Amino acid sequence: MTEAHAPLLLVIEDDPAIQRFLRAGLGSQGYRHVESVTAADGLAQAATRSPELVLLDLGLPDLDGIEVVRRLREWSTVPILVLSARGQEQDKILALDAGADDYVTKPFAMGELLARVRVALRHRDLALAGTEPGVLEVDELVIDLARRRVAVGGREVKLTPIEYRLLAELARHAGRVLTHAQLLREVWGPGYSQQRHYVRVYMAQLRHKLENDPTLPRWLLTEPGVGYRLRDA
Amino acid sequence: MPDTRPDPDALLARVHSEDEQSRRARLKVYFGASAGVGKTYAMLVEAHARRKSGADVVVGLVETHGRAETAALLEGLPQLPRRSAEHRGAVLAEFDLDAALARRPGLVLVDELAHTNAPGSRHRKRWQDVLELLDAGIDVCTTLNVQHVESLIDVVAQVTGVSVRETVPDSVLDRADEVELVDLPPDDLLQRLREGKVYTGEQAGRALEGFFRKGNLIALRELALRQTAQRVDAQMESYRRAAGIAEPWAVRERILVCVGEADRGLRLIRAARRFAVALKAEWIVAHVETPGQVRESRAERDALVDVLGLAEDLGAETVILAGLRVPDELLHFARDRHVSRVIVGKPRRAAWLAWWPGMLVSRLVRAGEELDVHVIAGDDGGDPPRRARAPATPPAWRGYLGVLPVVIASTLLAWVMQPHFSLGNLTMIYLLGVTVAAVAFGRGPAIFASVLSVIVFDVAFVPPRFQFAVADTEYLVTFAVMLVVAIVIGTLTARTRDQAQAARARERRTAALFQMSRDLSVGRTVPQLVESAVARIHDVFDARAVVLRPGAHGRLAAVGDPGELFAGGDHELGVAQWAFDHAQPAGLGTDTLPASRALHLPLRASGRTLGVLSVQPAEAERITGPDRLQMLQAFANQTAVALEREQFAEQAERARVDAEAERARNALLSSVSHDLRTPLAVITGAATGLRDAGSGMPEDTRRELAETIAEEASRLNRLVGNLLDMTRLESGALAIRREWHSAEEVIGGAIERVARHAPGRDIRFACDPALPLVALDDVLFAQAITHLLENALQYAPSAAPLEVTATRAGESLRVEVADRGPGFAEGEEERVFEKFYRGAGGAGRRGTGLGLAICRGIVEAHGGHVSAAARPGGGAVLRIDVPLGGEPPAIERGPEESESGGERA
Repeated sequence: MTEAHAPLLLVIEDDPAIQRFLRAGLGSQGYRHVESVTAADGLAQAATRSPELVLLDLGLPDLDGIEVVRRLREWSTVPILVLSARGQEQDKILALDAGADDYVTKPFAMGELLARVRVALRHRDLALAGTEPGVLEVDELVIDLARRRVAVGGREVKLTPIEYRLLAELARHAGRVLTHAQLLREVWGPGYSQQRHYVRVYMAQLRHKLENDPTLPRWLLTEPGVGYRLRDA
Repeated sequence: MPDTRPDPDALLARVHSEDEQSRRARLKVYFGASAGVGKTYAMLVEAHARRKSGADVVVGLVETHGRAETAALLEGLPQLPRRSAEHRGAVLAEFDLDAALARRPGLVLVDELAHTNAPGSRHRKRWQDVLELLDAGIDVCTTLNVQHVESLIDVVAQVTGVSVRETVPDSVLDRADEVELVDLPPDDLLQRLREGKVYTGEQAGRALEGFFRKGNLIALRELALRQTAQRVDAQMESYRRAAGIAEPWAVRERILVCVGEADRGLRLIRAARRFAVALKAEWIVAHVETPGQVRESRAERDALVDVLGLAEDLGAETVILAGLRVPDELLHFARDRHVSRVIVGKPRRAAWLAWWPGMLVSRLVRAGEELDVHVIAGDDGGDPPRRARAPATPPAWRGYLGVLPVVIASTLLAWVMQPHFSLGNLTMIYLLGVTVAAVAFGRGPAIFASVLSVIVFDVAFVPPRFQFAVADTEYLVTFAVMLVVAIVIGTLTARTRDQAQAARARERRTAALFQMSRDLSVGRTVPQLVESAVARIHDVFDARAVVLRPGAHGRLAAVGDPGELFAGGDHELGVAQWAFDHAQPAGLGTDTLPASRALHLPLRASGRTLGVLSVQPAEAERITGPDRLQMLQAFANQTAVALEREQFAEQAERARVDAEAERARNALLSSVSHDLRTPLAVITGAATGLRDAGSGMPEDTRRELAETIAEEASRLNRLVGNLLDMTRLESGALAIRREWHSAEEVIGGAIERVARHAPGRDIRFACDPALPLVALDDVLFAQAITHLLENALQYAPSAAPLEVTATRAGESLRVEVADRGPGFAEGEEERVFEKFYRGAGGAGRRGTGLGLAICRGIVEAHGGHVSAAARPGGGAVLRIDVPLGGEPPAIERGPEESESGGERA
């Protein structure tokens, strides 16, 4: 990755200590990055510097982080990765539903953050290329989105239409978290956004069909209080 | 050697009283023998002096009586405008108490302490105004003539022949911090009078002929001097005591004054007061209520209220005793209270009847051997109201009519028997009739029956028949016997009836009080207590009652429904507020604002005023009268005590919670400071090591240090998280967001995250596949499970697997975490979920001791409960039960969504 082609990350975070270690961590991976300590400056930088990814702290001094997500989404599809504290599950959901792509809970390990950044950048590249992955493979789990087939360890698994749509939705966003509301809208339709238990029941069914031990899932992961994630390859 | 050191308690009391004096407002009284001696003048002179030395002096009210010298002195002193009060067409200029209170001067001059205020004023008497000024912390100077001192008015009346109506209770004079005698020899006073310096014009002449005779003036002067001397004597004694000057140890006397049966004179009370003061004794005024008194008229009752009221004003304690016989009750009470002297009024009845009231004295003398009995002349001013027999029930005339058939029946019976029996036996029939009449109708009708019987008997049977002539003296005996029988039986019957009535009345009162105290003891909250008190007062007094309690800034507000009592503007509320602020009854039937619609009684307990009981009776008589008032007071006291108990309970509970919180805080602090510092020390050490060693450090060591930093940081993170959770749980800030969840997913997720941080540990999870969705907060519940697991991992050996099961137990979800650790020590099962508890095997282990407490907090917030037990075969089982939360909502499934008809992938 040469300097010129290295992705540009915008970090909107008011805490200097966190800025400092992000600078070190992101720089060591070859990312270029710009820093903002306020939401206003961050929004301006997002418009002028056209970053490839935004790392956004939810607790900014001048503007609510969720509002920053909304304003960015008014004109930009840039992937947004939210940094939030534990116990702010509702804020995470609001941010994700407002258009953020994923989140990391503070305190986080550098490796975890970098993994999320990579996933977000990959999805951005796919979206820019306008192509969907035809086949997704995670260990023995193979999801063939083009042919609508699912197999575990080479053995085909029968799924109901809703089970399939749910799994496909997760697979299209593999590695990214999807909230209950997002899944309900995509799989069941807009009228079901309050029926969160639907997702839970069908996720249980999926796990029983796909997972070796449904109580300790390997692929279909739960993000407590937020939603679900299909483990990335 | 006698111990002459001052008694420390007494010294302390003196210090207190000095303290109090330095704080409380001062009352100075200019005291004189009569008008014209120059009291007002002296007061004004002092006012000028005080003003000159910088005091804020205001003239509240000064009467110059047209005296030029006095009027000249008023110049240069600020005066409060007077309040004009209209009374019977005349406009009276009264002292404006509210203006003085609002102005809040340092010292206010109020002339003529004995003055009676115009009707409609807040207080009846000016001395009450003055007391209120003092209570408000305002110093007062005032004037008073000796003839207005309550305890002296009889003496004054004897000396001068003038009976004084405007009086000031001695207690007010006792309250004065300073009494300055303004003295003028009678000759000089008369001289001043003649010169027209006291009264102007014609008035002066009339005054000279009437009141201001030299003899009067000398006597009054002596009284004033004596009164002042007594006061000085008391001061001397108090000083001597304080200075530790030895004096013979005097037994404190206690005097009991009986009013009622023989005498209820105001004069008796005043005489007793003088007696008590002279002996420096405590005194108690007692009235014994006997069954006979139930029939007393209202006038008599009012007289009794006046007498007892006067006694209280003069500083006595008053009691009303109930009993059958006056002497017995008195003696009993006297012994109870260690009374040394008893004062009774002189019997006032006719000599031949004196044996009856005399019995009181003689019985007291005979039975009360240890008592000195004093007999004092009773009231001679105006006949006390005659003992008016209240109309007996049934009304008297009915009794007299009822006698007629009895006499007729006796006559008929005697007529039938006449041929066979002697006249002597026939009289027996009439005697029987009279007895029946006496039992049935009482004494009066019985006497009437006996007279009628004698007449009819004489006319009908005694020869010459059908003529009224008592020829034979023999029948005079018959008549006399009948009369005596009638009187005796009638009296006995009446008495029995009265006793029964009195007993019933007492019974009702006792029952009501008992009922009230029982209600109040059951009530647990303030509104409950108030409700039962109000209901009981309504039943007993036919009155609406409202309990008011102070809110912010001591403003009263009704507890519960205030009804329409306080609807008509702020007036009643103002009266209630006054009663509360001054801790004195006010309103209907009292001396303060008697025109109010309701009686406002302060609810006092342990010297504090907790609120006000406002009672609005259907008729005023319902709550006036000494027994009713006392009973109402008893109700108020009970309510106050109940309210106080409630307050104490609240306070105790608060104190307990505070102490508990304090203990927890301390434990938390010590635990937290240790637990926070340890990882911080590790991180600091490792990080500085990395920084300082630089590239000289081997790669392995660097990696190890970095690893340590990461581990300790995550431990610190968990610790802070636990503290936050605990704080939120305890402050109730933790909102439970229940949704329908699959237990398998929530518990499985928690296990997965724990297992990630505990590589190499074997955690097994068995979930009942038949479990329905459960209504719970997934994030919090997962946290509860996490804490259970972390606890088990800490205590159990790493080789043995940890077994987690989720099953349905009735309407609950049951989660059990079983380990093969050391299990529990005796009784430890109960304590493991307590905050900061660390198991015996946990010494030296790391953790805050918060995990299981948080777990319990979360589970209990879900309406569930936690428990711990020993595991068969060794180890421990920690168990969570949470309610399933009812029937989970249904899920719409299309036909192809059934399990069998799946789409082929």
